Amino acid sequence: MADAHADGDDLTQPTHFAFDAQSEAEIPGILAKYPPARQASAVIPLLYVVQKQMQRTTASRWVPRAAMDVVAARLGMAPIRVYEVATFYFMFNTRPVGKFHLQLCTTTPCWLRGSDEVVAACKKATGITQFGETSADGMFTMTEVECVGACVNAPILQVNDDFYEDMDAALTLELIEALRRSEIPAPGSMIGRQTSAPVGGPTTLLDSTPAE
Amino acid sequence: MAKVTVDGIVVEVPNGSNVLQACEAAGKEIPRFCYHERLSVAGNCRMCLVEIEKAPPKPFASCAYPVADGMVVHTDSPMVRKARRGVMEFLLINHPLDCPICDQGGECDLQDQAVGYGGDSSRYTENKRAVKDKNLGPLVKTVMTRCIQCTRCIRFATEIAGVPELGATARGESMEVGTYVEKALTSELSGNLIDICPVGALTSKPYAFVARPWELKKTDGIDALDAVGANIRIDSRGPEVLRILPRLNEDVNEEWLGDKSRFSVDGLKRRRLDACWVRRDGKLHKATWLEAFDAIAGKLHGLDGSRIGAVAGNLADAESMLALKELFSALGSENLDCRQDGAATDVSRRDFYTFNTSIAGIEDADALLLIGSNPRHEAPLINARIRKRTQAGKFPVGAIGPAAELTYPVEWLGDAPSVLAALLDGSHPFAKVLAAAKKPMIVLGQGALARPDGLSVLAAAWKLAGVVGALLPDWHGFNVLHTAAARVGALDLHFLPGPNGKPLPAMLGGGVDLLWLLGADEFDTTKIGANTFVVYQGHHGDAGAARADVILPGAAYTEKNGTYVNTEGRVQRSLLAVYPPGEAREDWKILRAFSERVGKTLPYDTIEALRARLEQVNPVFARIDILPRFGISDTTGPSGDPAGLGAAPFVPAVRNYYQTDPISRASPTMAECTATYRTALAVAAE
Repeated sequence: MADAHADGDDLTQPTHFAFDAQSEAEIPGILAKYPPARQASAVIPLLYVVQKQMQRTTASRWVPRAAMDVVAARLGMAPIRVYEVATFYFMFNTRPVGKFHLQLCTTTPCWLRGSDEVVAACKKATGITQFGETSADGMFTMTEVECVGACVNAPILQVNDDFYEDMDAALTLELIEALRRSEIPAPGSMIGRQTSAPVGGPTTLLDSTPAE
Repeated sequence: MAKVTVDGIVVEVPNGSNVLQACEAAGKEIPRFCYHERLSVAGNCRMCLVEIEKAPPKPFASCAYPVADGMVVHTDSPMVRKARRGVMEFLLINHPLDCPICDQGGECDLQDQAVGYGGDSSRYTENKRAVKDKNLGPLVKTVMTRCIQCTRCIRFATEIAGVPELGATARGESMEVGTYVEKALTSELSGNLIDICPVGALTSKPYAFVARPWELKKTDGIDALDAVGANIRIDSRGPEVLRILPRLNEDVNEEWLGDKSRFSVDGLKRRRLDACWVRRDGKLHKATWLEAFDAIAGKLHGLDGSRIGAVAGNLADAESMLALKELFSALGSENLDCRQDGAATDVSRRDFYTFNTSIAGIEDADALLLIGSNPRHEAPLINARIRKRTQAGKFPVGAIGPAAELTYPVEWLGDAPSVLAALLDGSHPFAKVLAAAKKPMIVLGQGALARPDGLSVLAAAWKLAGVVGALLPDWHGFNVLHTAAARVGALDLHFLPGPNGKPLPAMLGGGVDLLWLLGADEFDTTKIGANTFVVYQGHHGDAGAARADVILPGAAYTEKNGTYVNTEGRVQRSLLAVYPPGEAREDWKILRAFSERVGKTLPYDTIEALRARLEQVNPVFARIDILPRFGISDTTGPSGDPAGLGAAPFVPAVRNYYQTDPISRASPTMAECTATYRTALAVAAE
C-alpha cells in the first residue's frame, strides 16, 4: 500500500487539469456548505469531484498533482495542505488505477470471514501478484483497505464506489469475469440476503404477526 | 492568574497557560520535542507527559493541557517516568542509531533525553523504517530516516517563515515530512529549520561533517551583513570560523537568523586580503606594512586636504570609522562619505535616519506603509516581525514599490512616487486606512532614498507620518530601513562631507587625488579618476581592492572587537572570535599606526580609549544594547521639499538577497543560493 502513496516521482503527471462543466456544476453546492473563511474544509469533497471527473474522462479514478494544485487555488490553500490530505486518505489515489479499483478489506472481521480467499481469487482472476498493482490489461487495480464499515456483511470487496458483500472465492471470480465483460452486477449482498439481515432468513420474531 | 502546584512548588501563571509553562515557571525542566514556544502547539511527540492530581488517572501531554486554578502537577512521579520511558522507546523504534555519523550529535535533544529516559537495550527486533532524503535546497541537509515527525519544521515554515511548503504526506508508517513536489525551500529563514529540528533530520549542508559542538569556541557577535544587527554566536575552531548561529535577543532577532547571515561564513576564508599590496608599474606587489605606509605617505606628502577623501563601507565598525574620520580631519580633509548608494540623509536629528518604532515595536503597530522597500530581502528578520504582526490580525499593510511576495498580504499601491503624493493629499484610499490607525508605521527603504529626489521622498514620508498621526508623544511611526550594518553608526559619527567637503560622486572622476576606501566596494569603482591614488583598507579582494594602488589588509566582522549600530539606532558590540589572517590587523589599529607614520598620531592606544572618544563624539555610543522606546514631540520635518517628488518608480535597494557584500560574494554557499533561487529572484524583480 505504501506504493500507492509514494510521491510518484517515477510517474508522468499530467501537466494540466481543469474542472469540466459537470464538475463545475457540483462545486458551488459543495462550497456553499462552508462559511467564507473556512472554504478549505471543502478539500475532501473537491478531491472526490476530481476523482470522479478523472473516472469520467480517463476511466481511471485518481487525483493528479495538477488537480491538487487546482483545488488548492480554488480553496485558497497552500498546495502542500492539499497534498497532505490527498496522500493521507486511502480513498484518494495519487497514481492512476485500472478501470475497476478493487478495494479489499482485510481488517479483522473480513479476515475472519475469509478475506484471504477473496484476495487469492482476485489475484487469480486478474493476474495481479500483490497489492498496489494494476493488471496487465489495465482493467483492474487491487489495493488493501482498512475497515470500510460493513463488517456484518464481511468479507467486502469494494469496486470503485460500490460494495460487493458476503464474498467468497467463487463469487469473486464470477464478479471479476462480469466486470471484464463490462457488466456491472448490482452491488450489495452477493448471497441474496436482505441488507444485513441474518443469513438464511429471519431467526427471531418468527411467530409474530403484524399488529392488527 | 492560576495557582498551580508543581512538585510541591506553588507558582502563579496567567490563565490560558499550559501545564508545561507552569512547570517551567516552577523551574522544572520538561522534556519535549514537538513543543516550541514560538510555534503553535502540536502535542504529537508525547514526551512532555506529566501526572495531574484529581484528573483521570493517566499521563497528560503538558504542552497541550491548559492550567486550572488549584491544579497539582507531578513531573517526576513513577507514572511519569514510566510513561516517558515508553514514549522514548517508541521514538527510538525507527530512529537510527547513527549518532557517531550524525551532525546533530552533541547538541541533539533526542540524544540528551535518551540519556534520561532511554532503555539500556532495544526490545525491537523488526526492520527499522527508512525514508528517502529530500532536497530542500543548498542550505538544509536532510536525513529523513532520523525524523521523529515532531512537525516543528512544518509549523516554522508555515507560521514564522510564511512559506507553507513543508508538510506531512501519507500516514502511519508511510508518513513523511517534505515538500511532496521536490523543490528548494523559498525562504530567507530556512537555516532556522536546522536549529528547531530536535534531531539530526535537518542539519546544515555547508557545515556537514565539519566539527563537533564541543570542539568549538563560542563567541558572542553581531551580524554585519544587514542592518538588523542580529545577535549571533560565532563558533570557531583554531583560526577558522566554522558556523554562525543566532543568539536570543527578543528585541532584535528573537531566536532567528537570516540565511545570508548564517551561511556566509565560508566567504570569510576566501578571497581574503592577508598581506599588504602596493601597485608598482601597474601591477600589485606584496609589501610590508612599512612599505605600504610609505607608499601612501609619499603620495599624501604635499597634497592639500581638499584633494583627499575617504569612503566608509557597509561593514565598517564604528571604531574604525571614527579613527578614519579623525585621521582625515587631522589631514585637513572634509571629503568623507558613507553613502555609497547615494542615499539622501538629514542627520540634523537622529530620528530622521533610524527605525524609530523599533523592531519589537512593530508588534504594537496597527497599520503599515512600506515605501520603496522589500523587507524580505533587505532585512528578513524585520520581515518576520512584520509577518508575526500580520498573523495577529487587523494589520493592513500597504506598499509603494514593485509588487513582490513578502509572505504576508500586502496591498500594492503602485510603484510611482505619485502614489506617495496622493497619500499625502488624502486622495488615495489607503490614506484613510493609515489615518484610522492608532499606531501607524511608515517604513522608508533605501531604494526610496538613493535617488535624485531622495530628500523630497524623505520629507514627504515624514510629512505623511505627521498627517496620518504616526508622530505622537508616545509613538514614533517614522522608520528608515537601512541595508548596511555600518550606516547608522556612520551617520551617528557624521561620516559625511563637511561644509566644504565633497560627497562620494564629487570625489569620483578625479575629484580627489587620494581616495581611502574603508571596505567600500558597493559603488562603481570604474568611475574613480584614472589619476586618483586609491587606498583600499578591507578584508576581501572585491571591487575596491581591484582598483587599489595600496591594499591594507583589515579584519572582517568576526575578527575584531567592533561596535555596530543597527537600523533602530541600537548600539551593540561584537567580540573578536578569531584573529585576522596573515598580516591583516584590526582596522582601527591600522589607522592608528598610519596616523603615527604621517605625524598626526591619533590620541588613542587602546580600544577602551577609542570607545571613550566615541562616546565623547556622540553620547549614543555610551548606551550599549539598550534602546528605550520613544515618541516624538517636535514634529519639524527633515530638510527637503515634500512637493519635489520625481516621476521615476521606486526600486528596492537589494536585488539579490544572497550577495550584497564582499563576504557573501566570496561565499560559495551564497553563490549556490543565487544560482538556485535565480528564477525566483528574476520573477520577483519583474
